[in-house]
Amino acid sequence: MSRWIVRRTAQMLAVVWGVMTLAFILAFIVPGDPARMVAGTNASPEAVANIRHQLGLDQSLLTQYMHFLGRLLRGDLGVSFALQNQTVGSEIWRALPFTAILAVAGVLWEILLGVPFGIISAYRPKSFFDRVSTFSALFGLSTPPFWLGLILLYFLAFKLSVFPLNGVGHPLIWYLILPSFTLGVGGAAFYSRIVRTTVINVLQSPFIEFAQLKGMPSGLILRRHVIRHALMPIVTMIGMDLGYFLGGVLIVESIFGIPGIGQLAFRSISTLDVPMITGTVLVASVFMVIMNFIVDVLYTFIDPRVRLQRNN
Amino acid sequence: MHDQFEEVESSLDSVSLRSRAWSSLKADKIAFASVVIVLLLIFIAIFAPWFAPKKPLYQYPDGLSEIGAPQGPGKHFLLGADQNGRDVLSRLIFGARVSLTVGVVATALASFIGVTIGAISGYLGGWVESILMRLTDIVLSFPILLFCIALIAVTGPSTKNVVLVIAFAYWTYLARIIRSQVLSLKEREFVIAARSLGLTTPQIIRRHIIPHLIPTIIVYSTLGVATSILIEASLSFLGIGVPLPQPSWGEMISEGQKYFQSAPWLLVAPGVTMIIAVLAFNLMGDWLTDLFDTSSMGVKR
Repeated sequence: MSRWIVRRTAQMLAVVWGVMTLAFILAFIVPGDPARMVAGTNASPEAVANIRHQLGLDQSLLTQYMHFLGRLLRGDLGVSFALQNQTVGSEIWRALPFTAILAVAGVLWEILLGVPFGIISAYRPKSFFDRVSTFSALFGLSTPPFWLGLILLYFLAFKLSVFPLNGVGHPLIWYLILPSFTLGVGGAAFYSRIVRTTVINVLQSPFIEFAQLKGMPSGLILRRHVIRHALMPIVTMIGMDLGYFLGGVLIVESIFGIPGIGQLAFRSISTLDVPMITGTVLVASVFMVIMNFIVDVLYTFIDPRVRLQRNN
Repeated sequence: MHDQFEEVESSLDSVSLRSRAWSSLKADKIAFASVVIVLLLIFIAIFAPWFAPKKPLYQYPDGLSEIGAPQGPGKHFLLGADQNGRDVLSRLIFGARVSLTVGVVATALASFIGVTIGAISGYLGGWVESILMRLTDIVLSFPILLFCIALIAVTGPSTKNVVLVIAFAYWTYLARIIRSQVLSLKEREFVIAARSLGLTTPQIIRRHIIPHLIPTIIVYSTLGVATSILIEASLSFLGIGVPLPQPSWGEMISEGQKYFQSAPWLLVAPGVTMIIAVLAFNLMGDWLTDLFDTSSMGVKR
């Protein structure tokens, strides 16, 4: 078990290193002269050269790479080119709460819609409810999220004024209902399909039959056996989605005008703010890697079969 | 009675896949409808100039009212005109061409990369597998959309870039699925037999592994086209999709968004078209999954 955790941690670190390297390459792909960006368009050639030296851009690629890795290990993401005197870290820190709340709310929608629908469908396969739920799930999977966002915005915010039109305000959760719903619909559809298949299989398995035969009330069977099994496969997906959402959900954030990490990243790309681009990309991937790791470890606690496998 | 006979026969003989497909299509109306819609979309995309009632790029003077607002759906413009006086229906029909081409080419490319990497790492195992799978992990955990936006910001939007970007995002899923299938395939008797006959690894992978992966590849390619259409739309929405003035469904939605408070059809028409297309590909993928599922072959549910 402990050997498995050590190996898994080593793997995680390898992936983080790979992502850092990819981010470094990304910074080089982005066109434009960073020194010129910092100095401003009217700066003299000497001033530009001076800044280039300050930023260490006149050194060899390998030196720059080592320097880059060293800075990251100290948790320093650098200074923004476009926003004067702002560190990348502080900007990301400012945008993170919005993205974090949006991400958690999105995942909540996925679970609250996906799991119950999947379970009810599985209990009554081929029923009217099942058909409606299966079809709406497919519909949810096939609808482009930004289109759904725009339509919701048009009807619920613009026409009926039930929800605020865009931006953020007080209370924050009120402004995040439509965005998080838009974010969660696709996942909810996917979850309900997975849960349905899993529960149908569980209901046919011998241990459920045994529980029924010994007279266990169906409510208890549902709570103790069915839900537990139903949640098993979607734990991975919840973790992955949370990691993915935490990295900033560009499209939803831009439709609803939420100043989260996605917007920050998009703006930094349009202003060619290289440290900000690498910073946001890195933060997003690290979230993903960490969530992946947490999910893997969680499995050993949830599923005794996995634990057994990993002990060997 | 006839159907039952066919099912028993099909479970014995895999050659009769075609007859099983036909009988399941006859039984399942939704699957039938999805296959018809997919075929129709492909047909419309190929013969777009025949189907389109008007020119997709021409700005019709009568498409705009006297005050310059786009004409709504009516006798002259079936689905209305857009902000430049172009016919929405014709643009949708030509858009099918762009969206489907992007979807199919991107998926083909992604499948090629995914199957190659998945099959090699699954079959060879060891350090090759470790390296390839960590590579897959890195790409999976990298915020692909941001990376793509940055790449396209550099190279400029073009149809080729959109295809490359989608393929780059999708191959990882296939690689993982294919790898896990190959892991179990390589323990099967026919592979062991081929190995003991002295066939080389590339020969075994090509002749004995890949043919068994074809059902999976077909299913995930169908679903991949649906995903690609959605990704292309997202890229177009962010202004880095298929370049103007070519009509793609995503581009029509993102353009329509600016005017839709006064001309809602500009948002509704491409959105609904896209949902129908993606839904059809997804449903067809579901049907193919059931069709190829050998474990439930011949067993009535």
